[in-house]
Amino acid sequence: MKQYKQTPLLSLCSIAFISIALLVGCQPAQESSESTKKQVTILGVVIGEQQKKLEQALAAFTEETGIEIVYEGTDTFATTLPIRVDSGNPPDLAMFPQPGLMKDFAKEGKLIPLTNFMTPQQLQDAYADSWLELGSVDDTVYGVWYRASVKSLVWYNSKVFKKNGYEIPKTWDEMIALSDRLVAEGKTPWCIGLESGDATGWVATDWVEDIMLRTAGAKTYDRWITHQIPFTDQSVKNALETFGKIVRNKNYVYGGMVGVLSTPFGDSIQGLFGDKPNCYLHRQATFIASFLPEDVNITEDVGIFPLPPINAEQGLPILVAGDVFAMFNDTPEARKLMEYLASKVPHEVAAGLGGYISPRKNISLTLYPDQLMKKQAQILADAEVIRFDASDMMPGAVGTGTFWSGMVDYVGGTDVDTVLQNIENSWPESTQ
Amino acid sequence: MEVISRILEVILAIAFGCGGVIGLFYLANYGINALPKPWNRHFLPWVYIAPAMIVLSTYLIWPTIQTIYLSFFDGRSQNFVGLKNYIFAFTDQGMLVAFRNNLLWLVLVTGISVSLGLIIAVLVDKVSYEPIAKSLIFLPMAISFVGASVIWKFIYAYKPMGDAQIGLLNAVIVNLGFEPVGWLVERYVNNFALIAIMIWLYTGFCMVILSSAVKGIPENIIEAARIDGANSWQIFWQITIPMIRSTILVVSTTVIILVLKVFDIVFVMTGGNQGTEVIASRMIKEMFNFRNFGRGSAIAVILLLLIIPVMIGNIRRFRSQERLR
Repeated sequence: MKQYKQTPLLSLCSIAFISIALLVGCQPAQESSESTKKQVTILGVVIGEQQKKLEQALAAFTEETGIEIVYEGTDTFATTLPIRVDSGNPPDLAMFPQPGLMKDFAKEGKLIPLTNFMTPQQLQDAYADSWLELGSVDDTVYGVWYRASVKSLVWYNSKVFKKNGYEIPKTWDEMIALSDRLVAEGKTPWCIGLESGDATGWVATDWVEDIMLRTAGAKTYDRWITHQIPFTDQSVKNALETFGKIVRNKNYVYGGMVGVLSTPFGDSIQGLFGDKPNCYLHRQATFIASFLPEDVNITEDVGIFPLPPINAEQGLPILVAGDVFAMFNDTPEARKLMEYLASKVPHEVAAGLGGYISPRKNISLTLYPDQLMKKQAQILADAEVIRFDASDMMPGAVGTGTFWSGMVDYVGGTDVDTVLQNIENSWPESTQ
Repeated sequence: MEVISRILEVILAIAFGCGGVIGLFYLANYGINALPKPWNRHFLPWVYIAPAMIVLSTYLIWPTIQTIYLSFFDGRSQNFVGLKNYIFAFTDQGMLVAFRNNLLWLVLVTGISVSLGLIIAVLVDKVSYEPIAKSLIFLPMAISFVGASVIWKFIYAYKPMGDAQIGLLNAVIVNLGFEPVGWLVERYVNNFALIAIMIWLYTGFCMVILSSAVKGIPENIIEAARIDGANSWQIFWQITIPMIRSTILVVSTTVIILVLKVFDIVFVMTGGNQGTEVIASRMIKEMFNFRNFGRGSAIAVILLLLIIPVMIGNIRRFRSQERLR
């Protein structure tokens, strides 16, 4: 082997380089002036336009207290947050899109109970019991609800309805009768689109959850979410089959099975509009308004009604989703921000910005900028029973796994018992 | 201002990072040379190998051991569950479908892309427009799996009868007077639709390598065969194929390993729905969507075990080839 000639100077240089490299490597992360500045960090799911609205709603807080808010929006929330918490670097506040993950952290003792600094009276003044319950673990409240979305909505084209003399159905039977009438007139009543990348199928789970609430009632629904009844239970089967009567009926849905499975969920509402609508009814949550075609006039063309009751006994339950804030670090600044989030101010500001429904009590309906938002807020306020999206509450393997893919299978023609058995088999043994 | 200081920081980091590493080697070399004579010859190779060994074991060997270890634990890696994750992997309905699909992928992708590549390599050999034809076929290799999937989404797109078809294939079909087909949704066709993408991607790769092997066949052998009265067909089967057999095997094994790892295409196109799941896409789902580390690890281990024999075969063949030289 050839031996390189080495001079002391070169090795001295080497030593210098190595030591600087080591020094650079060991330097602690920027810790200069930031720790002294008063600020609250938030990790959340809202990005883009919605993030701007959130920032506007929080602006008053910074103005008033001088506490800076550092909001970080991510679309990989469910993987990012656990990693940050596990590595001992949680944000001060996190904005959860589902209460399930929040409850996991609460059970592990990672979250600060709101009752540490807020009175029960304060909380009850702000939220209805059902929302408080949704943000609680073992009767301890952890979550402040910021945004709600109503899922049990049927969208229609009000101009077309008026022109043809169709009436808003008050019961499920009336809705089916309307569908049959449309079929008899040579039209297709429903537009349903399940395609959503690797989340394909969630639209159908929402349908089934809504039907579960309407046929089996909220008590059975709660037992279903916590696996106290198996997925193969008759009530679940019934819900699937009720949905199947619509989605598996070639005359009822635009494009039939292949159309339902290949249409992106955001595109399917567009079938309601245009000179010759493809369909006349579309069941989807609040957020679908942002997928409306641009030339649609929201006040004149678009109408909504709550998905009608099936079993009179169960009344008109409303399926909801929403975003909830919870607190990881107990700092005075974070406490103040949580109190602010539970106060009226941010909810009123956000309501005025549109595309938002507040889950808080006593937010005046007149604040909402258009009749669609008003109507939805009204539906939410009037609801006797509200329940959170079931698939978001179930363990991931089911809620974002086999329940989704199972619904795709069901729409694709797999028989109901096989579908339910597959989902049941995938339920993790140690729940929660 | 901040941008400039950022850029400066990056440049400094690169300079000192690289300088530090070079310096480290330099210093180690200096130290070794200073050692007494018989010693330095023994130590020197290790000094140069050690960093690579350390990196390799931290990023490859240790994770492998860790994965095997975790595959015997439950979803949260807390309780020992024995072989339960493996029993799941071989009995779960979804997993069985994944195995079946992987077999289908293996047979079709390897078979078709290798034979297609070979046919093209032989056919375009010595035609005037060979470079153009070959580069066109090789072009898809430059596209990532995800990119290719996005392109093919437009080819397979489906709109109900009566709507304007935005998908290439369905536009053709509807213009011919047939009903549009849900390429990614209908169970009888969706797996083949996905497999076609990988064939499209890898035929070029097979072709390029096989083509260089075909060109490596000595001209005089073929001429001798011609003089003996062999036709092109006989030359292809009796001379070309046996002469390039080892290249065919290498290409096939490379494609086999790639196919076993395929997941991007399935993930982007169908999300594994309607019976299109493969082993690797299922592994990603179990691991990252369901956060069941036990099952995810078990599937990863199975995948590893499936690939090892192919690798060993590949290395053996490579060695025996080297020995011949």
